[in-house]
Amino acid sequence: MSASSELDDAAPAQSPRRSSRWLQRFVLVTLGPILAALVVSGIVLLLFGVDPLEYYGYVVRRGLLSSLGLQQTATRMAPLLFLAAGLIVAFRAGLWNLGVDGQFLLGAVAAAALAPSLVDILPGWAMLVAGFCVAALVGALWSVVPALLRAYQGVNEIITTLMMTFLGVSLANVLVKLVFLDPTTTVPQTRTLPVPDRMPRLFDTTISSGMIWGILAVLAVHLMMTRTAFGLRLRTVGANPHAAAHAGLNVPLLTVAVFAISAGFAGLAGASEVLGVTGNIQADWNPAYGLMVIPLVFLARFHGVGSIILIFLYSTLLIGAESAARRVGVPQDFTLVLVSSLLILLALAEWLDARRSWTES
Amino acid sequence: MTLPAQTASDMSEAVGLHTVTKRFPGVLAVDGVSLTVRTGEVHVLLGENGAGKSTIVGMLAGLQEPDDGHISVAGTGSRLDSPSASLDAGIATVFQHVMLVPTLTVFENLVLGAPWWRRPHRAQIERRIAELSRDFGLKVQLDAMTGDLSLGEQQQIEIARALLRDARVLILDEATSMLTPSGADELGAQMRRLAERGLAVIFITHKLGEAYRFGDRISVLQQGRMVGDIAPDALARMDEDAAIEEMVRLMFGGSDTSASLYRDRPAPTAAPLLSVERLGTEGGAEMMALKDLSFDLRPGEILGIAGIDGNGQKQLAEALSGQRSATAGRVMFDGADVTRLSVGQRRKLGLRYLTDDRLSEGTIGIFPIAENTVLKDIGAAPFWSGGIERPARIGAHAREVIRHYSVRAPSEFTPIGHLSGGNIQKVLLARELTGEARAVIFNKPTYGLDTRNIAASRRRIREIADKGLAVLLISTELDELIELADRIAVMASGRIRGTVVNDAGAGDLRLRLGRLMVDEGKMADTTGDAA
Amino acid sequence: MEALLTAAFLSSLLTGAIVAGIPLLLAGLGEQMSEKAGVLNIGIEGMMLAGAYLGFLTAWTSSSIWLGFLGGIAGGILVAALMALLCVVLRLNQIVIGIALTLGVEGMTALLHHFQFSRTYPRLPAPDRVDLPFLTDIPVLGPSLFGRHPLVYLALISVLVLAFLYRRTNLGLTLRAAGEKPAALDVAGGHVIAIRSAAVLFTGGMAGLGGAYMANIGAGLFIPYMTGGAGFIGIVLAMLARGRPLWVLAGALIFGAALSLTTALQVAGSNIPTDVIQMLPFAAVMLVLVIWGRRARLPAALGVGYERGAR
Repeated sequence: MSASSELDDAAPAQSPRRSSRWLQRFVLVTLGPILAALVVSGIVLLLFGVDPLEYYGYVVRRGLLSSLGLQQTATRMAPLLFLAAGLIVAFRAGLWNLGVDGQFLLGAVAAAALAPSLVDILPGWAMLVAGFCVAALVGALWSVVPALLRAYQGVNEIITTLMMTFLGVSLANVLVKLVFLDPTTTVPQTRTLPVPDRMPRLFDTTISSGMIWGILAVLAVHLMMTRTAFGLRLRTVGANPHAAAHAGLNVPLLTVAVFAISAGFAGLAGASEVLGVTGNIQADWNPAYGLMVIPLVFLARFHGVGSIILIFLYSTLLIGAESAARRVGVPQDFTLVLVSSLLILLALAEWLDARRSWTES
Repeated sequence: MTLPAQTASDMSEAVGLHTVTKRFPGVLAVDGVSLTVRTGEVHVLLGENGAGKSTIVGMLAGLQEPDDGHISVAGTGSRLDSPSASLDAGIATVFQHVMLVPTLTVFENLVLGAPWWRRPHRAQIERRIAELSRDFGLKVQLDAMTGDLSLGEQQQIEIARALLRDARVLILDEATSMLTPSGADELGAQMRRLAERGLAVIFITHKLGEAYRFGDRISVLQQGRMVGDIAPDALARMDEDAAIEEMVRLMFGGSDTSASLYRDRPAPTAAPLLSVERLGTEGGAEMMALKDLSFDLRPGEILGIAGIDGNGQKQLAEALSGQRSATAGRVMFDGADVTRLSVGQRRKLGLRYLTDDRLSEGTIGIFPIAENTVLKDIGAAPFWSGGIERPARIGAHAREVIRHYSVRAPSEFTPIGHLSGGNIQKVLLARELTGEARAVIFNKPTYGLDTRNIAASRRRIREIADKGLAVLLISTELDELIELADRIAVMASGRIRGTVVNDAGAGDLRLRLGRLMVDEGKMADTTGDAA
Repeated sequence: MEALLTAAFLSSLLTGAIVAGIPLLLAGLGEQMSEKAGVLNIGIEGMMLAGAYLGFLTAWTSSSIWLGFLGGIAGGILVAALMALLCVVLRLNQIVIGIALTLGVEGMTALLHHFQFSRTYPRLPAPDRVDLPFLTDIPVLGPSLFGRHPLVYLALISVLVLAFLYRRTNLGLTLRAAGEKPAALDVAGGHVIAIRSAAVLFTGGMAGLGGAYMANIGAGLFIPYMTGGAGFIGIVLAMLARGRPLWVLAGALIFGAALSLTTALQVAGSNIPTDVIQMLPFAAVMLVLVIWGRRARLPAALGVGYERGAR
């Protein structure tokens, strides 16, 4: 059940003379499914009596072409990017970390609990750094049990990370409601980090600088996985653990490392949301970004730049759809239909592509 | 058994191939082959790897359908488009790789494939198995867990299953490759009895002696085409040597490639490079434990490890390479105790291991050749600098490997999984010899290769030893060991049963080795490590 | 603490264990068959939700709760058919498709509900119960155990039926062969694709029925996303039960009790936060995995598509 095996054949090692073939493939396995998914989802809209062109047009105008919308889109990208960075590491190493939502929430809670109490002690930047570090640490800690079980007992990580996510969501709620509750307000929430102490915004906009850090994180992870010895070790473990052990790699240790890195990034994602945008956590807050980023990372075939582009498009869709829910009367849930059809059509396109190359050769 | 009694003169067709052609991407696997298998005959199919035998078996078993031509069963055209269609037509297959579910009991495997709602009739099956055991000497324990049985025992279950279904054609695909010589003889006797009862048996083998002794008729395939046929009356007139000579002529077009490379040379006398002292490892349900293993290996020497597959050879190789931890004894390399060192540390010292599992352990099929050539040196100079990959260096190294070892590949970017077994083997050998190699463990280095690559691989192993490297050669092919090794140790049940000096001149060497292989432990101490 | 052990508390706990446990039981039994056959059915959450929606809709329009259950089964099978086509026949990645189907059903049912009912959540009339004579009169146990909807008893009977089929007919070994070594089943004359597809469809039907139970009996209404991870718990139950239906039943009741403990505690007037209680079953599963993890053996070919003749 290796996550990376079927995608590494798309590794960027093609010779230039095949570029026209490459273009064909790109249309077949990337552009085609996206267009087809828009069409299929458009048909769904039609069935509900909504003009798809009007809807898509509105989403694009609102999420991409308006200044406010674009700023919201960019801000929304930050946590998704950090999550994507963590998922790229895990998936390329063949591990299904489906527990990012729990890691995300606990990282966020850690940052939300720590940062306001450090405001008066540390300079602003040091407080933020401390918040991010603790969030990463807490996120990583939340993956330790699944990591050890997988590395040394061979327990399937899908089941354990899912369990830990359910557990983590509840634990985060308990922490928010009982331990880190802000006594000064009646709303059940953590203490609020004052706006001036949050992460700086970009220039004169409302865009959180978390987006920049998120993009850097994804690019760094991409380079690490494709260009370094450590990345090749992880990919080797992901593609074939037997071969990795034969080649002298310490598979259990690398497995634990992958979990720690992946969950650490999920924790960072939580911190970036709290320290950059919300400033606190309200009771029962769970945006469940993780389950949405997983398909996007798949769609990008674990490629860093591809993930960034897709997250940008998806954020646009989210911001546009939030507004469209009020204006056009289509609930946000529609984005799920779009992502779902995109995933299925992408998988189908890859199947067609594999069959085509089979019959050609 | 309810088979109709048939006389030997009844030569009606059991199954026939009529100008059958089968293509796979890039390969013409079977090219216009016609073949008639008659009831009451053991029909031997001979041919090298890739000659098309397995494809023919696949088509008869319903796994593949011919692109051209057709198959007839008992004289009428039949479409075998699924294994169940093939079974319904009375064709049962015992595949080269056991096709039983290891986690089911023998009884459950015997009834597998029946409609799901039905309850298995235990008493009826017990009765018929008892009959089969009596008539054919089959050994079947109904309540054993299939995965606990040896490969030979599992094969008996597959034959029993075929007979339970009243098969009229029985295909045995390389059925003797995993058996001891006496086990193979027993299977041969069973085949003869089945044929006498009127079954048609298709027997696929690499071993020409068995083909002569067990077969009535011999057909030879070469590169997907039928190149020759020895009819029963012709075969009956030949003695074994003449028949084998004829088979070799048909298989290889007259060229004699089986000439031994063996030559006399002085036994190496240098101090041992690799010493194994009373080595032991932990065993498990599907893993044989090693017990009390000791031997020395000198530079320039080839020490052969003989034995039937699955008697601890792989565990030995893994324990030496560092992949498997030792629970007793120690491994000395160049005077230092390396028992606790990791795979990577032993590799750096010059102790190398070329695995027998080229596809799932040795390589990563979807990675390009280039990355596979450096898979055991990740992070090391000159291919990495400060942990950063240097693709140009890796590429140049891979091109050098491809050129020097004549790997047939489009480029260093080709995924290694696209190469043939022989070419993958060349890449793996290159990888093990990169840097300061001092001792190489070969585990079944020629398994699954065709004749040309087998000869080339053996020549390379000899060259490596001649250069002064120590070679541990694990093989199940006695010919290979006799051709290459200076001494041959025999493993059985996780122990070394004895070691003999390879005096190829002496005719009884093969016999002595064979006895050690099947021995249950009586001779172990008397022969010992005297050599 | 003494107040906790009142009759009212125990009764509501038992009732809760059954009401919350039956959907988990149905999902777990369904998933168990898929996993036996080698299909990791992550789409089961979507199948439950589809069952909940279609089950509710049918019951609401037809005013028959039994037709509602049939609708739920149909809803689950509909999603399962897509899963069987994509993952078993075409061999697409089971995890990707499973997640995709779950997301898609979540979105579609929310949209359908929105366009039909807008912000309202119409309620079904209370279901009829079967009061087993005498038994219902037992204090505490009686009303919780024996005053339930007939479907509860059907679900319990299905545990025994499945246990019998797995043990006594060829079904069990055919499924196990499909999950352990599909090639061996194929050459023995079995039909790997058919048996795996049938197992996935069965999973869909059971999950759909479980979802319909949640909507029609448990809640009496449909709310988008109402299954809330019940399908995932079903996956865990199936993995831990290792092929034994009775273990799924035990696990489902324990999970059901833990999930409903909050209501029971409220009845008893305790103020332990609900989130703490909701952690209990998941913490228990993790504990079990830490202690017995090595033995939680999964079928060898789980998650791997079968293609005849592929080497």
